[in-house]
Amino acid sequence: MSSITTSATLSTPATSRYIGRSLGQRSRRLILYLVLFALMMLFLLPVYLVVITSLKTLPELDLLNVWRWPQALNLSSFSDALGQLAPFLLNSLILTVPATVISAMLGSINGYVLSKWHFRGANIIFPLMLFGMFIPYQSILIPLFQTLNSLGLFGGLGGLTLTHIVYGLPITTLIFRNYYAEVPTEMIEAGQIDGADFFGIYRQILFPLSIPGFVVVIIWQFTQIWNEYLFAVTLTKNEWWPITVELTQLGTGQYVNYPVQMAGAFLTALPTLIVYIFLGRYFIRGLLAGSIKG
Amino acid sequence: MRPMSRDRLTAILMITPSIILLAIFVYGFIGKTIYSSLTDWGNPDPQKKAILEVPPDQQPPDTTITVNGVTQSLADYRASHNNCDTTAPLSDKACVDFVGLKNYTELFTSAFPGIRFRDDLVNEIFFTIIFLVACLGLGLGMAMLLDQHIRGEGFFRTVFLFPMALAFVVTGVVWAWLFRPESGLNLLPSTIAHIFDPNVQIQPVNFGWYTDRTKLFSFTWQQLLIVVGILILLFMIYVATTYWFKNRRLVVYIIAGLGLAGGLFITGSFTIPAGIARESHGLNAALLAIVLAAVWQMSGYTMAIYLAGLRGIPEELREAARVDGCTELQVYQHVILPLLQPITLSAAIILGHISLKIFDLVYVMAGDNNLLVDVPGVNMYITTFRANNFALGSAMAIIMLILVAVIIVPYLATALRKEPSL
Repeated sequence: MSSITTSATLSTPATSRYIGRSLGQRSRRLILYLVLFALMMLFLLPVYLVVITSLKTLPELDLLNVWRWPQALNLSSFSDALGQLAPFLLNSLILTVPATVISAMLGSINGYVLSKWHFRGANIIFPLMLFGMFIPYQSILIPLFQTLNSLGLFGGLGGLTLTHIVYGLPITTLIFRNYYAEVPTEMIEAGQIDGADFFGIYRQILFPLSIPGFVVVIIWQFTQIWNEYLFAVTLTKNEWWPITVELTQLGTGQYVNYPVQMAGAFLTALPTLIVYIFLGRYFIRGLLAGSIKG
Repeated sequence: MRPMSRDRLTAILMITPSIILLAIFVYGFIGKTIYSSLTDWGNPDPQKKAILEVPPDQQPPDTTITVNGVTQSLADYRASHNNCDTTAPLSDKACVDFVGLKNYTELFTSAFPGIRFRDDLVNEIFFTIIFLVACLGLGLGMAMLLDQHIRGEGFFRTVFLFPMALAFVVTGVVWAWLFRPESGLNLLPSTIAHIFDPNVQIQPVNFGWYTDRTKLFSFTWQQLLIVVGILILLFMIYVATTYWFKNRRLVVYIIAGLGLAGGLFITGSFTIPAGIARESHGLNAALLAIVLAAVWQMSGYTMAIYLAGLRGIPEELREAARVDGCTELQVYQHVILPLLQPITLSAAIILGHISLKIFDLVYVMAGDNNLLVDVPGVNMYITTFRANNFALGSAMAIIMLILVAVIIVPYLATALRKEPSL
């Protein structure tokens, strides 16, 4: 499978469409599109409910008429949700941006070393590093909590950032290693002949080639860290919660305020959704890289 | 190997910090968790609590006592547990003793809190199986549909895959609303009927989703162990017959290990306490809610991975099959599906390990105390960080780690062995 997933892209191969279809073929196509359309409706059903719920006010939200389009478009739930989420949105940004950038840079260096500077023991170390991205984080959570606590990093965003950098290393290293593996060794050797050292080769040959690799890794890490919950809820105190933790508290109380909750869910999802919609191609590459493939 | 140049040394120095960090944060911490799971940290023997929480002058000094299976004089015991506080596991004075496998025995043989954990394992097994079958089936179906030279393929792909970009927390919050029993999805049938016939009353279908108490079939813990043992033995026979003539030592070890595990499960089932043998487990209908939300979120992933696989199959292969007289269906059956088999395996492993460690989706959707859909990830979190029972929480975490490692380690080993560059 290795060759299949890495080399393949998701674009349609340039095959000629059949010309002059028979009636049977046409009705088959029609059914095909109907099935796809039905599936699309199913996938978008939750989105529809989120949007119409968040545009209603709590009094307007009659439990028996939840599927009805709102009578007036009311943005107050969005402003309520945004008001409550804003500080936590900021927390998430303060967490996600440095953690993403640092783990991408470290991953790039690691990938460079592992793909171009084979050293004794690398065959053992690399799988051992990769195992770190599959473990259930519950199995390291208690010592992690204790260690951050004794370093004075528990409760704030510093400890959480460090955590995401470390546990992001396996995937960023993997993606860059596979990416650099496709750069011909001759280029490296040519650089060496020209007198470039370890850093010179990286700066002048590999780094300029790795912009797409960085885009894939940064998008992937950004999405993962933004969406993460277990570390966030265990390692931070209330005022430093990332947005995912605050979302679970939003609109709860004696009655659940569904309009505010749905508006909050929408706002929480927005940054990663925007990235996905505009840079989906790179997102998919990160997704496929996550399944090792080698 | 070339002699160690300066650049090679620089290379090793550059990767060393990452290796050290991962060595500590992954392996060091796992080791620490394993150790904690063998202690009574936050999970003291009642006897120990009774002794240490009563002032010395209220106890006869000369008696001998048995704590954690060790008999000693009370005075000695007190001396070795000077100043320690059983009620504050996180303080410096927490007294932690090594107790061997006691926490694991507690999880598998005690009535409380063991039954919740055993229920979790049963839920997890059913959840994983249904989730895997649904994700792989739906993903393959969508990929095959999109592979038919569809107009607007990019649009459909975006729609099927967008839930992957969302947090499990967002999915949980949204689907908890969709599955609210007196509203949400339960109203959809009558709402649609109402559009066509205004006389139809809008009213919820009577299904509780994640609160539904229906158990589809039930069995005892003992029966479960026997079934697991038989499955392991069958798998062992399969592996053994496949590799019999290849003379691979590693495989011999695997077979021996599997045989031992299967035998242990079967004999273990006859030694479990009577109360647990009668304990009823089953497939909770409430799990369907979690499965649907998880499939909505993850089936796009299988679609993407299958689609990449389909696009990697050369068109000539299909053309050749068509020339040989295959119908479009037969092309899939005889050419494409067999070629996709390795992809199915790796997607199953990725999805399987995600479902084995699932936490946030269940926790956010169903809450921290919904036993109908409880999973080990949620139970570990509650036991550790709410009840401060670090020893038992560690034991649960290690069992989760073993479950994940059983599928991930062989996967990593084979995936990387195939690589020429390594």
